[in-house]
Amino acid sequence: MTVIQKKADNPIAHLSAQDIEELGRELDAIRQRFLAERGASDAAYIRSMIKTQRYLELGSRAVLLFSLFPPAWVVGTAGLSISKILENMEIGHNVLHGQWDWMRDPKIHSTTWEWDSASPSDQWKHAHNEVHHNYTNVIGKDNDLGYGIFRADEDQPWHPAHLGQPLWNFVNALIFEYGIAAYDLELGARLKRKQLDDPEFKANGKQVLKKIRRQAGKDYLIHPLLSGPSFFHTLGANVVANVVRNVWAHSVIMCGHFPEGVETFEKRSIEGETKGEWYVRQMLGSANISGSRLMHIMTGNLSHQIEHHLFPDLPSNRYAEIAPLVQELFEKYDLTYCARPLVPQVYSAWHKVFRLSLPNGWLDTTTPRNLPSQLVKLYKISRGGAKVRRAAQARMTQEARRIAAERGPVVVPQRRVRRDPLAA
Amino acid sequence: MNLPQRAGTVAVVSITRFIEAATTPLLPADYLDLFIPLRAGADLRGRIVSVTPETQDAATIEIQPGADWAGHVPGQYLRIGIDIDGIRQWRAYSLTHGPRADGRIAITVKAVPDGLVSHHLVHRASPGTLVHLEQAAGEFVLPLPGGRLLFVTAGSGITPVIGMLRNLFPVSADGVLKLPRSAAYDIVVVHVAPTRPASIFRRDLEELDRSGAIRLIARYDDEHGVLDVDDLEALVPDLAQRATFACGPAGLLEALEAHHRVRGLELQTEKFRTTFHVAGQGGTLSFAASGTTVSADGDRPILDVAEQAGVLMPSGCRMGICFGCVLPLREGIVRDLRDGAVTTATPGDGVVIQTCISAAAGDCHFDH
Repeated sequence: MTVIQKKADNPIAHLSAQDIEELGRELDAIRQRFLAERGASDAAYIRSMIKTQRYLELGSRAVLLFSLFPPAWVVGTAGLSISKILENMEIGHNVLHGQWDWMRDPKIHSTTWEWDSASPSDQWKHAHNEVHHNYTNVIGKDNDLGYGIFRADEDQPWHPAHLGQPLWNFVNALIFEYGIAAYDLELGARLKRKQLDDPEFKANGKQVLKKIRRQAGKDYLIHPLLSGPSFFHTLGANVVANVVRNVWAHSVIMCGHFPEGVETFEKRSIEGETKGEWYVRQMLGSANISGSRLMHIMTGNLSHQIEHHLFPDLPSNRYAEIAPLVQELFEKYDLTYCARPLVPQVYSAWHKVFRLSLPNGWLDTTTPRNLPSQLVKLYKISRGGAKVRRAAQARMTQEARRIAAERGPVVVPQRRVRRDPLAA
Repeated sequence: MNLPQRAGTVAVVSITRFIEAATTPLLPADYLDLFIPLRAGADLRGRIVSVTPETQDAATIEIQPGADWAGHVPGQYLRIGIDIDGIRQWRAYSLTHGPRADGRIAITVKAVPDGLVSHHLVHRASPGTLVHLEQAAGEFVLPLPGGRLLFVTAGSGITPVIGMLRNLFPVSADGVLKLPRSAAYDIVVVHVAPTRPASIFRRDLEELDRSGAIRLIARYDDEHGVLDVDDLEALVPDLAQRATFACGPAGLLEALEAHHRVRGLELQTEKFRTTFHVAGQGGTLSFAASGTTVSADGDRPILDVAEQAGVLMPSGCRMGICFGCVLPLREGIVRDLRDGAVTTATPGDGVVIQTCISAAAGDCHFDH
């Protein structure tokens, strides 16, 4: 993928400035309609969701006190995993977005909520709500694009270190809550710029460590202690529940902005951006997961990532109703609504992680027959300096173009086609 | 503190810490609230026990308060928070019973025109509903140990007075009880209402009057015409010997104040909290912590105005999506610049606004 502005077939080229502003007005009208409808049933929804999660958490932890018995371990671990997923996604993420602030309930409010994750709410709110939601998919601005450690776009120069990114991505999935905490701290950038003595960073770091201490203390010490003879079984159960939650959250979030078909944007393009243009960027910079109601709840309705990015402060339980209206607008303005079921979407995101771990064009120029020679080429590029890499990259790009030309007219798979072949 | 006591305290603290470590990031209270929301130590709440109509548009709401309810003195009011259309709304109502043996409290609410909360409480509230409470407050209470009193009340202004009278003269199956502690009171009630049927607590007042506990002078606008305070001396000849307590609309209270001031008479009044915010264009922003006051236009975000005035404001996306700029609005009225929606706040309501998309629609006070 390339930033939208450099694409030969820029998918928004057909929209005039007027179209974009009209589209913005239509989206504003949808938002207004749901603001007006918001009421007692929505409040009842989040309250019952919170209640359900707390009963589930209590019940699972109680069962795990006897985790020495295998059935108790299985039931407790499953329950706790689901509880943690609900707490992080449908409840925590959305409460911290301010989706429920309108209820004026100080106990369910973005300014008071603390969630079951390593990153303290305040830091996450800054990194996520302010930076990611504002600068969605803008290269160089949105740290969610590869979390500052991955190569997430063709336009980012390739480096041999990127070869390891599928592995890092897998490790990141396992320990995702810590990955997020490090990312909210901008740990990577701070390390690179040697800014570890910055007082703000130190203060934030202290907060994170305190939160991690409490979180880990609960799962890996207190509850195992309470379990007495089941100490190690409960410890194991809690590790598993945290990992399940981490992998699930990581998968859902990868699906939101990583799959093929999601656009990225140039930094320059958002200077003086209008509300309409901001909306368009959110529409094309996000991808949905199609599925059942249960699926939507378990993803915290982030399966409606497009709707969420358009209206991050509307209650999540409404996204399913908003989706058809938004989809109509995509059709009306001839834009591609990127939605696939979970498995193809996760596959697509992982495929991209692999593809971008390699120099641009390497995968395109590789066939089973020339694999050995391609591997040698890759080895040489990896060992060479920046100059060697640039030269090899130029040759490979050219070759990839030639192959593409030989294959006949370029078929742009996801542009005007509403459903991806993968989804079929 | 002796040693065993100190050891006890240490043990309690350690156990609390241990339980908190087990429930983090939530508090043990968050789980206990699921099962026993009215327990000691919880945020003060209450459960509606019954809703009894008093007239067509008034009802008495009986509430079982939480264990930490500190009690009240007849005449005091309480602030009650109830969720209406999903939004928590806070209002103040007089407590219409003295302290009761069963520990319950009651408010009597008259549905006022356009009154969101009063209409809900009178017509839609149902037993079992959990409500949020603050402790009783108010200086408008019965003087001790007795005396010659005149109550001048109008409309729902009778509610704090009923609380006092019920405390002095409980009604049993055998009629009005006359307790020894009530013997030292000589009470006249001048009560004004639009019509006889629309007069809340009419039966209570008439019964007290019949039993001789009080003397009731009821003035119905449709029968007697609107009360002129200058007629008070004719209605209550010993007016000068009485301490006057008045509760009702602002117009009546102002007239009474003028009337009593001229004559050098004692008067205590209770104004119902009537913070009527009328949405206008712009207003004065005041920030208590930084001591800044600045006037704001009705079309500029509060965030911009405050920052220009040198207030250090929390901020984020500046387009209403990230909630990084939210601040509690203690009192005032703001308009959402995106859709014109108006939000009002009175102290204690806990209204939090996004300053980047809210403009002043009247004077606004922040603790920030």
